Amino acid sequence: MTPRVAPHFDARSARRDFPVLAQRVHGRPLTYLDSAATSLAPWPVIEAVRRFDVEQRSNIHRGLHQLSERATAAYEEARVKVQRFLGAGDAREIVFVRGTTEAINLVAHSFGHARLQAGDEIVVTELEHHSNIVPWQLLCERLGARLRVAPIDDAGDLRWDELERLIGPRTRLVAMAHVSNALGTVNPIARVVELAHSRGVPVLVDGAQAAPHLLVDVRALDCDFYAVSGHKMYGPTGIGALYGKAEWLEALPPFQGGGDMILSVSFEKTVYNRIPFKFEAGTPNIAGAIGLGAAVDYLEQAGRAEVAAHESTLVDRAAGALGSTPGVRLVGAPGRRACVVSFLVEGVHPHDVGTVLDREGVALRTGHHCAQPLHARLGLDATVRASFGLYNSDEDIARLLRGLERVKEVFHV
Amino acid sequence: MSELRDLYQELVLDHGQRPRNFRRPARWSRHAEGLNPLCGDRIIVFVDLDAERIVDLGFEGSGCAICKASASLMTLHLKGHTRAEADRQFARFRRMVTGDGPPAESSAGLGKLAVFAGVREFPVRVKCATLAWHTLEAALAGREEVVSTE
Repeated sequence: MTPRVAPHFDARSARRDFPVLAQRVHGRPLTYLDSAATSLAPWPVIEAVRRFDVEQRSNIHRGLHQLSERATAAYEEARVKVQRFLGAGDAREIVFVRGTTEAINLVAHSFGHARLQAGDEIVVTELEHHSNIVPWQLLCERLGARLRVAPIDDAGDLRWDELERLIGPRTRLVAMAHVSNALGTVNPIARVVELAHSRGVPVLVDGAQAAPHLLVDVRALDCDFYAVSGHKMYGPTGIGALYGKAEWLEALPPFQGGGDMILSVSFEKTVYNRIPFKFEAGTPNIAGAIGLGAAVDYLEQAGRAEVAAHESTLVDRAAGALGSTPGVRLVGAPGRRACVVSFLVEGVHPHDVGTVLDREGVALRTGHHCAQPLHARLGLDATVRASFGLYNSDEDIARLLRGLERVKEVFHV
Repeated sequence: MSELRDLYQELVLDHGQRPRNFRRPARWSRHAEGLNPLCGDRIIVFVDLDAERIVDLGFEGSGCAICKASASLMTLHLKGHTRAEADRQFARFRRMVTGDGPPAESSAGLGKLAVFAGVREFPVRVKCATLAWHTLEAALAGREEVVSTE
């Protein structure tokens, strides 16, 4: 991709919107390069969550009183914001969940039990996060179904020929990350969906790493399910959303049972609520949903195209700079990369790199990044991962590079 | 920064890069596998136990400098000792790296293992320093299941 300068986006001034970044760590300014694990929250998100507790706090869809009306309106407004953000056609297609993990578990449960039988197959890829592997393994174990794994090449890109071969007559679902949390690979989701649909197979997309960085449009992608986490897109923790095509959500059985997901209950027969409420049993994370709505507003106001261009330039620069640093080896060279660069420092274990960088004020992640099968494929126990958010700038890359010089100094490499 | 220097002393770097007894002993009667699931460090400790005495011990696996250096120095330190002594040394080592007790006192009697006193300033690295010890403890106790630091 050609780096493009984003004239409208100023990361340094955006940085001031994130109070966490105002502090010093080990006496140094904080260089936060761990947004792929959890992004930071800007003031408007923090304030929206607080406002719920101060002005609106009550239960939703229940009370007749003023507060409940306010809370319900704020919660449902947030749903519409997320719907627009993901490009969904209808707010009924947005189910609030705890995060991507719960979204995938919901589909594994509801879709799995309705549509899978012994001998059927689910196709995932070698790139997946554990949250897009283990729910399918649990399902396959229960039903006697099979998990098939589409391999990647050494660069970290999906092997298209293998994927084409794997999607067969027994395939019931393809589940795939939009962006790899470990390598930054952007998968060609629209093409995957076209292929899978041509064989009558629906597609679930783990969008946790894509939603904050790419211009996601679920209708353009034509995927059947799309899962996101609030805390990876500048929202609160413990909230996320599942997009599901209305016809799927209508057809599938509920996930959890409880209050709010029913129209009427008797010991003889319970009638489930309409979508999306059918999938939202119990009192949800109301403050979280409102906070997620505020995060979506923040991203829209910052300018999603501008943010995407800024981050794309930044991650390409980081990959270029790290790749040309002596003693540093990049892990993976995906054709299209978003928000993540993983690397190794020759002769120094990633954890030791992480400890030294932490003391230099640089926060990033080391380890297997909840993608052990991918690391087994790459023949690595662990890597160092720098991941970027809209508040990062060239200054952060420079601090990372200075920190790596310090690593080499400490370890004499 | 002096805390980093205290953590990564030359002795630690040396044993991290060239661990001693980094092999399966010619004879061994006990072994156990230890895993740090959060970071993926994994080592296997092998012990040649003659009655109560550790005749020989070694380890295999992969991990960070702290993990490997700790395993390496542990094997050197415990060879020829009894199980009971190994238990006492582990308790002392653990007190030292967790900072549970005054520094001067806690490293007493640990010999070269005192080099890990700096770990106390890095709480998230305590698990790296103690993985080999937990694994040895399991091997001596004859426990077969994988030891986890979580």
